[in-house]
Amino acid sequence: MTGRSVRALSGALKPLFSHRSPQVYEATAHKSTYTTIPPPARYGGRHTVTLIPGDGIGPELAKHVCELFRFCCVPVDFEVVNVDSTQTSADDISNAIMAIRRNGVALKGNIETNHNLPPSYRSRNNLLRTTLDLYANVMHCQSLPGVRSRHRNIDIMIIRENTEGEYSSLEHESVPGVVESLKIITRTKSLRIADYAFKTAREKGRRRVTAVHKANIMKLGDGLFLECCKEVASGYPEITYDSMIVDNTTMQLVSRPQQFDVMVMPNLYGNVVSNVCAGLVGGPGLVPGANYGENYALFETGTRNTGKSIANSNTANPTAMLLASCLLLDHLKLHAYASMIRRAILSTVTDTRLHTADLGGQGSTSEVVQSIMDAVQRAGPRTQSS
Amino acid sequence: MFFLRPRYSYVYRLQILILLRKLGLSISGKDKIKPQEVAGVVGALKNETTQSRTFIRGIQTVTLIPGDGIGPEISTAVMKIFEAAKAPIRWEERNVTAIRGPGGKWMIPPDAKESMDKNKIGLKGPLKTPIAAGHPSMNLLLRKTFDLYANVRPCVSIEGYKTPYTDVNLVTIRENTEGEYSGIEHVIVDGVVQSIKLITEQASKRIAEYAFEYARNNQRVSVTAVHKANIMRMSDGLFLRKCREAAEKYKDVKFTEMYLDTVCLNMVQDPTQFDVLVMPNLYGDILSDLCAGLIGGLGVTPSGNIGTNGVAIFESVHGTAPDIAGKDLANPTALLLSSVMMLRHMGLHGHAKKIETACYETIRDRKVLTKDLGGNSKCSEFTEAICQRCRDMD
Repeated sequence: MTGRSVRALSGALKPLFSHRSPQVYEATAHKSTYTTIPPPARYGGRHTVTLIPGDGIGPELAKHVCELFRFCCVPVDFEVVNVDSTQTSADDISNAIMAIRRNGVALKGNIETNHNLPPSYRSRNNLLRTTLDLYANVMHCQSLPGVRSRHRNIDIMIIRENTEGEYSSLEHESVPGVVESLKIITRTKSLRIADYAFKTAREKGRRRVTAVHKANIMKLGDGLFLECCKEVASGYPEITYDSMIVDNTTMQLVSRPQQFDVMVMPNLYGNVVSNVCAGLVGGPGLVPGANYGENYALFETGTRNTGKSIANSNTANPTAMLLASCLLLDHLKLHAYASMIRRAILSTVTDTRLHTADLGGQGSTSEVVQSIMDAVQRAGPRTQSS
Repeated sequence: MFFLRPRYSYVYRLQILILLRKLGLSISGKDKIKPQEVAGVVGALKNETTQSRTFIRGIQTVTLIPGDGIGPEISTAVMKIFEAAKAPIRWEERNVTAIRGPGGKWMIPPDAKESMDKNKIGLKGPLKTPIAAGHPSMNLLLRKTFDLYANVRPCVSIEGYKTPYTDVNLVTIRENTEGEYSGIEHVIVDGVVQSIKLITEQASKRIAEYAFEYARNNQRVSVTAVHKANIMRMSDGLFLRKCREAAEKYKDVKFTEMYLDTVCLNMVQDPTQFDVLVMPNLYGDILSDLCAGLIGGLGVTPSGNIGTNGVAIFESVHGTAPDIAGKDLANPTALLLSSVMMLRHMGLHGHAKKIETACYETIRDRKVLTKDLGGNSKCSEFTEAICQRCRDMD
C-alpha cells in the first residue's frame, strides 16, 4: 500500500480508534449527542456520595438526610466536605470539587455569598457548577395535595442552562463609574441544553416544550438561543415547541400556570421562572433541584436558599432536601429506596398537622422527619431501629 | 425575608405600618398615611427646574398620542370621561410615526417633539411595534428623545376584578435607559454572542434618588432595591452602592435590599410585604410585568415614564390589539388609570380622585364591564357608565 493510501485509511479509521472524540455540534443537521451519565462505581455494594452541608439550614438538613438514610438502610456513604464561606481562599471549594470528581455525585446545601466582597471572590455555588460543567438545572414543580396554595394542578418542569448566560462573572469597569457585565450565549451550550430538554421531555412523556427568551430586545444573544431550540425541536416531531417572552411568561405564570409543561431557558430567566414556580406550588421548602453534567450530578434544594434567618431553630422544612436525596437515589439507580422514601415524604406533606412554618403550620423539622421515618417503617421491612 | 413570618422587629413594624396605611390611620404626624390610591404625586426631583406649562385660564395643555389599533378609541373614551369630570385639561393630539431626519437618523416628527417640550406632560396610547420597518420601536425613540429614565408602575388590586391575589399595593420603579437593554451585542466568533449589560453611576444615582423622592412624596413606607450582586458583583454592586447612598439622604424612608430570586419567590406567595421596589432595567421589566399579572394583567395597569427637564409621559402598556380595533370592544381602564396618575402628577388631586373613584366603582358594580373584565358591554357603554358617575358626583 502506498503511503498516501495508508494515511487516507488511517484518517477514515481514526474515529474508531480514538478514545474520546470531542462532541461536535454541527450547524445544519443536528445530531443528538445526549449521553447518559453512568452511575458511579460501587465498592462493596455501597455508593459514596459527597455531602456539602453549606450554610444556614444546610447542616441540620444534611444531618436529617444522613439520619433518614441510615434508618432506611440505604447503601450510601456520605463523604462530608465542609466549605467555609467566610474564607476568601479557594482551598475549601477546590477540595469539594476534587471530592465530587472522585465520587461523581454530590448532595449540597447552599453556600452563602457575601456580595460585599470584591469581584475576585466568585460565588462558591457558581464556581462548583461551572468547574464541573453541570450544564442542566432541572426543577420539577408540582402542586402537592395537602399544601395550600392559590393555584391548583401545576406540573411544570423547568430546565435551565446552568453555566453561561448572565452568570459568566465577566465584568469590567472600563471608565470609572461605568461598569460592563458580559452575557455570553454560545451555540454549543444552547444546543446542548435544548437537546437535554427535549430528550427529557420525550423520556417523561411530556407534550410541550416552551423556550423562554427576550429576543425582541437581545436579538443576537437570545436570538441564537431560540435558533438552537428550534433546530433541536425539528428532531422531535411529537413534541410541540413554542417560545414566549420572559415578561409575558411571568404574567402568565401568576394568572394561569396550568398552561405550561416543560420550559427551557438561559440562566437568568431560569432563576426568575424557577423561583416564581416554586412560590406558586407552596414555597422554597418543597421543591428539589438537580444539576446534571456530562460526568457529574449535584442535588440540592430547587431555589438554593441558605435560610439564614431560620437556621438552627428546628423550623426549616426538610421536604425539599429529602426529595433531592430521593432524586439522588434515582440517579444511583436505587429506585426501590427512592420510591419508598418519596412515598413516605409525600404522605407526610399531605398531613397538615405536620406542616412547618413556611406552609403555615407549627410543626418542627424533627417532627416531620420522625413522621417520615414512621411512615417508612409502616410501609414494610428494611429499616433499622435506632 | 425568607419565609412568610418575618423574624426581625423592623419588618414587623413595616407590616403594621402598611396595615395601618390601608385602614387610613396614622401613628404620628411623621408617618402620614393616606388610604389606598393608584399613585400619589409622581414626585419631581429636587433639583429640577420649575415646570413652565402652558396655562390658559387655569386650563393645562397635555399632548395626547392616541397610538395604533385600539389606541384612538380608548383615547376618545378618556377624553369623554375628562369632559364629564370637568377636568381643566386641553388635549393636543399628535402623531409619532418615525421619520428620517437630517443625517439619516430616525426621529419623531418635529411638531410632536415641540408639543411635548412645550407641554411637558403627555398621555400615550399603545404604539405598533414595527417589524422590518428599518427603524427602531417608537417607544425606544420616545425614550431616547426625552431621556425617560424612570418607569413607574403602581400595582393596586382592583376590587371587582378578581385575581388569586388580593391586597396588592406596591410600586415598581425601573431604570429605563441602560442595563441589559443597552442593545450592545457582538458576535465574537461564529456561535458565540456577547451582550453587554451597562450600569453607570450617574443613571443608578438618578433612579435611586427618584425612588426615594417618590416614596417620600407618596407617603410610602419603604424602598427595596432588587439586585443580583452575588453573581454580578461589580454591576449590581454599583447599583446597590448608589441606592445605599441615596438611602442615607432619605432617612425617613426604610431601605432594604433583596435578591431578585427571593423577591420573585416572596412576591407570588405574599405580595403585601412589598412597598416600593427599585431595580435596573431587566429585573424591572420582568418584575413589573409579574406585578401587573398579580392585579389582572396589562389591561388594567397604569404606567408613567419620567424624564429629565420635567417631562413625563403616561401610557397604557398593553398592545394595540388589532383584532378588536374599531369594534368598540376595547377596555380603556389602563389608559384611564394612567391619566389619573397624570392628574396627580400635575397636582389636580380632586379631579383625579373623582375619576378614579368613578372607575373603581363601575368595575366593582360589575354591571357594565368590557369583555376582558368579564362582562359583555361595549367600550362606549363602559365609558358612559363612568361619565355618568362623574356627573353624579358633582
